[in-house]
Amino acid sequence: MSPVAAAKYANVLYPIVNAAEIHGGALPTSELGVVALDDRTLEITLEAPTPFFLELLTHQTGLPVHRPSVEAHGPDFVRPGNMVSNGAYVLADFVPNAQVKLTKNPEFHAAEEVRIDTVYFYPTEDRSAALRRFQAGELHSNNDAPVEQVAWMKENLGARFRVAPYLGNYYYAVNTGKPPFDDPRVRMALSMAIDREFIAEEIWGGTMVAGYSFVPPGTANYGAPAIADYHDQGMIDREDAAVALLAEAGFGPDNPLAVEIRFNTSENHKNTALAIADMWQPLGVEVTLLNSDTATHYAILRDKGDFDVARAGWIADYNDPQNFLFMVESDNPGFNYANYANPEYDALMDRAAAETDLEVRARILFEAESLFMRDLPFIPLMYYGSLSLVSDKLEGWQDNIQNVHATRWMAIRE
Amino acid sequence: MLSYALRRLVGAIPTLFIIVTVAFFLIRVAPGGPFHLERPLDPQVMENLLKVYHLDKPLWQQYLLYLENLLRGDLGPSFIYRDFSVGDLLGSGLPVSLQLGGSALLLAFFLGTGLGSLAALYQNRPGDYGVMAVAMIGITIPNFVMAPVLTLVFALYLDWLPAGGWGEGALAHKLLPVFTLALPQIAVIARLTRGSMIEALRSNHVRTARAYGLPGHVVVIVHALRGALVPVVSYLGPAAAALITGSVVIETIFGIPGVGRYFVQGALNRDYTLVMGTVVMIAGFVVVFNLLVDLVYALIDPRVRYDR
Repeated sequence: MSPVAAAKYANVLYPIVNAAEIHGGALPTSELGVVALDDRTLEITLEAPTPFFLELLTHQTGLPVHRPSVEAHGPDFVRPGNMVSNGAYVLADFVPNAQVKLTKNPEFHAAEEVRIDTVYFYPTEDRSAALRRFQAGELHSNNDAPVEQVAWMKENLGARFRVAPYLGNYYYAVNTGKPPFDDPRVRMALSMAIDREFIAEEIWGGTMVAGYSFVPPGTANYGAPAIADYHDQGMIDREDAAVALLAEAGFGPDNPLAVEIRFNTSENHKNTALAIADMWQPLGVEVTLLNSDTATHYAILRDKGDFDVARAGWIADYNDPQNFLFMVESDNPGFNYANYANPEYDALMDRAAAETDLEVRARILFEAESLFMRDLPFIPLMYYGSLSLVSDKLEGWQDNIQNVHATRWMAIRE
Repeated sequence: MLSYALRRLVGAIPTLFIIVTVAFFLIRVAPGGPFHLERPLDPQVMENLLKVYHLDKPLWQQYLLYLENLLRGDLGPSFIYRDFSVGDLLGSGLPVSLQLGGSALLLAFFLGTGLGSLAALYQNRPGDYGVMAVAMIGITIPNFVMAPVLTLVFALYLDWLPAGGWGEGALAHKLLPVFTLALPQIAVIARLTRGSMIEALRSNHVRTARAYGLPGHVVVIVHALRGALVPVVSYLGPAAAALITGSVVIETIFGIPGVGRYFVQGALNRDYTLVMGTVVMIAGFVVVFNLLVDLVYALIDPRVRYDR
């Protein structure tokens, strides 16, 4: 939590007593609400009841590090030879952009259950190249696949190409601080006219799922998410309703609404934006597209630059609806690209944070998500899917919503 | 010649300084910073990061700080690969790029001059047309097309070679990337050699050599080729610098841990120090190779002397 460490995920642990103050430099690290009572007991004191705290500890920030080696090596404690870890594997070698090599940890408490002795991780930027290496038998699995080759992979790889639901949302943030996008009717009309099934199937090859809520279905500590009520209406009815909403807001054939869609450069983001521009055309919306590289795009979103509608995506850090809904709290400027400020929403999120009964909390969060879906600071488009290439030889692979696949549970069949 | 080389190296210092200065300010003019990621950062996290890397200071202070570190040989930490310094990254990538680029360069030089000379000797005959047609293909097919095609053929259908990875420098892993990288260079060098060779074969000194009754291969190799190589050598300087400092396309497609991709990745990620590190490295190579080219001129062309 020390500000000097400048940890990128420090804020994930803010539920711990004094964590935010320490990270802000107001308190020394010794004030953190974490104490080792004895060699085997850790006591963590929280600011408020945090029902998702156990989930949160599965995040990488919850992994233990070996104090003497951190103290001895400083930031170099992550180097092979310096790193002491308690998992099933130890770090043997790390060459940037070449490979990370892990070998079985003989000290691991269940070492006899670990069936793979050595693991190589190869970073592969080019998904098509990864597919070729996979086909050549050089990789047993790859955690991504080329979206443009989905049809081919489905036909030729069978069960070796896998798509699983993923805890993420692909959405368009709307600048709610800028007229006419401050009018919820405008945002609703734009959202209703989008044929999400078409985008998910035709553009993303079924690797995404049409999304009508912000929290993806299947998220822990939650029931069914607050699905938009128009999700089962036909596109023609939705278009009519959207035209009517826009007319109410003062837009029509004589006074067309102009929208600029911003996205970060990528073939599929572009195709998605083009499709949406096409879907908005019947509403008389005049769309312009603007793409920029990732750093520029997010700098504009973050620094409250001028935009109308902008593409963004969020993959949850932990499996809880709060990790989606917190994004548009009014005091969360880093994430709230839409500049959404609704005291009612904030109050619900505060109530949920103080609630220990998981069922009651889920209902409060559902209420918050319902507000979200009414106001649409973000227009949810699709739930992410995770794409994997998995060899027939690799046993023990389980698709899961967090897309975590520990080698510890796997084996290679000869 | 030594004093000439030294003078040239000293003369390169202001050039490098200007390059460093321009690059430093140019990359910072680009909107966004190293911490504007797809995954947003908490404001306090952002503030701490900027502070740790001195990015919260005025630009001129950052510039002076960078120059000061550079003079001490410290290229700074990478903002994206946070466990490594820019020196670590370039240090582990450069030997790989040197091997890859050096092999490609040698292959390109020998095959290119050989084929080009053959084409010149058989000017306007089938051999010439054949070489020039292949050269045209080498130049026109970009390596991001050539690399996947070669991988499909040699790794997937024939199963002779690995489809990617560096394999810690094993020969089998090098063949495809070296060949793909060399191919366009072979083509360019073959065309250059053919052109200047045709000219050289018609020149007075070659005619004289033939009149003396020297054997044909001596005339071609010793007298004609030597003069014909001058334009090739001028081309080789910048080509060598480009090959040795890596190729982002080849490295990305074959999964090779060289330095080529750091330039592009660094710029896209606004990893300022990494961009600066690659700029310094490439500028250094260009200066050195241009100097080498000038020195080689003296070896192959007796009219060129630097000692006066």
